[in-house]
Amino acid sequence: MRGNSTYQPTNSVLQWLEKRLPIGGLVHSSFIAYPTPRNLNYWWTFGGILSFMLGVQIITGIILAMHYTPHVDMAFRSVEAIMRDVNFGWLLRYLHANGAAMFFLAVYIHMFRGLYYGSYKEPREVLWILGVILYLLMMATGFMGYVLVWGQMSFWAATVITNLFSAIPGVGDAIVTWLWGGYAVGNPTLNRFYSLHYLLPFVIAGVVVLHVWALHVTGQNNPTGIEPKSDQDTVSFTPYATIKDGFLMVCFCILFAWFVFYIPNFLGHSDNYIPANPAVTPSEIVPEWYYLPFYAILRSIPNKLLGVIALFGSIGILAFLPWLDTSKVRSARYRPLFRQFFWLFVIAAVGLGWLGTKPPEGIYVILARILTFYYFAFFLIVLPLLGIFEKTKPLPNSISESVLGAKA
Amino acid sequence: MNIQRPIFALVLAGSLAAMALPASAQLTEQVPPPRLKWSFAGPFGKYDQAQLQRGFKIYREVCANCHSMDMLSFRNLADAGGPGFSEAQAEAVAAEYKVKDLDDLGNPIERAGRLADHFPAPFANELAAKATHGVAPPDMSTLAKARSYSRGFPWFVFDMVTQYQEHGPDYIAAYLNGYKDAPKGFVLPEGGHYNEYFPGHTTAMPPPLQAGQVTYDDASPQTAEQYSKDAAAFLMWAAEPHLDARKRIGFQVMIFLIVLAGLMYFTKKKVWSAVH
Repeated sequence: MRGNSTYQPTNSVLQWLEKRLPIGGLVHSSFIAYPTPRNLNYWWTFGGILSFMLGVQIITGIILAMHYTPHVDMAFRSVEAIMRDVNFGWLLRYLHANGAAMFFLAVYIHMFRGLYYGSYKEPREVLWILGVILYLLMMATGFMGYVLVWGQMSFWAATVITNLFSAIPGVGDAIVTWLWGGYAVGNPTLNRFYSLHYLLPFVIAGVVVLHVWALHVTGQNNPTGIEPKSDQDTVSFTPYATIKDGFLMVCFCILFAWFVFYIPNFLGHSDNYIPANPAVTPSEIVPEWYYLPFYAILRSIPNKLLGVIALFGSIGILAFLPWLDTSKVRSARYRPLFRQFFWLFVIAAVGLGWLGTKPPEGIYVILARILTFYYFAFFLIVLPLLGIFEKTKPLPNSISESVLGAKA
Repeated sequence: MNIQRPIFALVLAGSLAAMALPASAQLTEQVPPPRLKWSFAGPFGKYDQAQLQRGFKIYREVCANCHSMDMLSFRNLADAGGPGFSEAQAEAVAAEYKVKDLDDLGNPIERAGRLADHFPAPFANELAAKATHGVAPPDMSTLAKARSYSRGFPWFVFDMVTQYQEHGPDYIAAYLNGYKDAPKGFVLPEGGHYNEYFPGHTTAMPPPLQAGQVTYDDASPQTAEQYSKDAAAFLMWAAEPHLDARKRIGFQVMIFLIVLAGLMYFTKKKVWSAVH
């Protein structure tokens, strides 16, 4: 997607097509000749893994939709019918349910990589913001998909999350009624969640195209955080990046298959095998693991409205990251202080995830408040100040020097 | 940088210590059930046909008096990876049940069950079940996956590696056999029964299984303990009927992926050897 391609097809049919629609040139310049920094490590393979997971989710999802019934009286049974009576229905559903978890695992690694190596900095701000939008869309899609099962946890998660909007002063209750399509979570809610759960993945696919487009305009960041200066600093996307991405994708699939075939319900909650019952509240309402840190942030704040603001703020703040981080140096490799605060941030995020599974009482609330404070302080205090006070290490002159330096 | 190291270590130690803290008293205390050996555990696990048949016998003679299991059909009894009944045997089982239907004139009738019929519920509806028992006995189709207990940190992490997935059957077996006299000072609500493993200890179901209650066709001991185990295994099959196929295909997929990963690794090495 960058510049004019030098692609010259030899096949006469392809030549004919290329004069009318240069799609071969587009593919060639984007995925074959496209220069990638030669020093990319395996943390850079998760973009490809995420595209693959989106494909898995869309394909399994479309087939599941052929067998699913979005009605409060039939949804749970239709899911069980998929598990029991559809040929390989159990495989499709376990792929889809665990695929969502793997998708989030990959996106978290992808995001932490971007954070560590400063991939959001000038000129990649738009690329990063598109990523934040993708993450938000993923969260919405994942949540609505979880509700479709219409088990106890589905129903109560839908109730808790939609009720968040009631915290908005004045119009909150009206908004919640509008979201539900009634006066409680019910059939209209399930129907619209189904409709949106089918729509949003294609919106995600569209934003992914923009994300990849933006990436191919600026080029990839790399572990040194300095831009490629000569042809020596880059290698062509194919075969170098494709084989490397492909290798780790297969390794990722081994992990994925481990969950699907051996522990398919490990990441789910047992209560979701009980059909939804509005009359019985489960003893604990816990979201899927990938929302737990945000759930902990929400519950750590005693005021409902402020809690909801903190919840959305904790994600929204990511969009401002390119301007909050004032350091001119991208990569954490050359930022010793940043590195310390980065790992503390990782611990805080994982710690909040663990606290999200605990009842909001006693020591857990105190810990959650400390970690929530650090979460926001990292973005609002640490990053702006580090750029001013941190003494960074000297950068290498070029990518090839950093790779071949000792050998050359 | 050296100044930050201790801070870093301190925070790490602090967070680890916090994770090891015992969970504060939960609303519904739950005693972890003992871990049992199951034929269907682990990567090569398979249901034990004889055990499923014994479990089905308990279901039919005991559980089915109060519990429905309406996501299963009689034909499932003859499915691969199940209790291993022949189609004729499953048909014979079905024929012993009365199923509500309509005749050609639209009049409600009762007829003998067929393979395609779902297991009929012992009650007309949930309200009727509730009226009889105080609490509607839960449907058994997904029960073994709908029951669990918390393993807590760090055990749940190890479970990912050891593939411990049998929380449901462990709990059910312990629960079925977990009736005791309430300890001194425990106030048992009216109609409640004290059970060591039920969350909160007060369960509405009276002790369901007594030694010698069900006559086994094989030589297995006819004890409450054995009954509980067999019933739990049967319920696991009812909730996850394709487990055998899942684990078998899983092993094939694993072999394929590991070989492919190896090939990809060496290809990658070869391709990159010119650059590094």
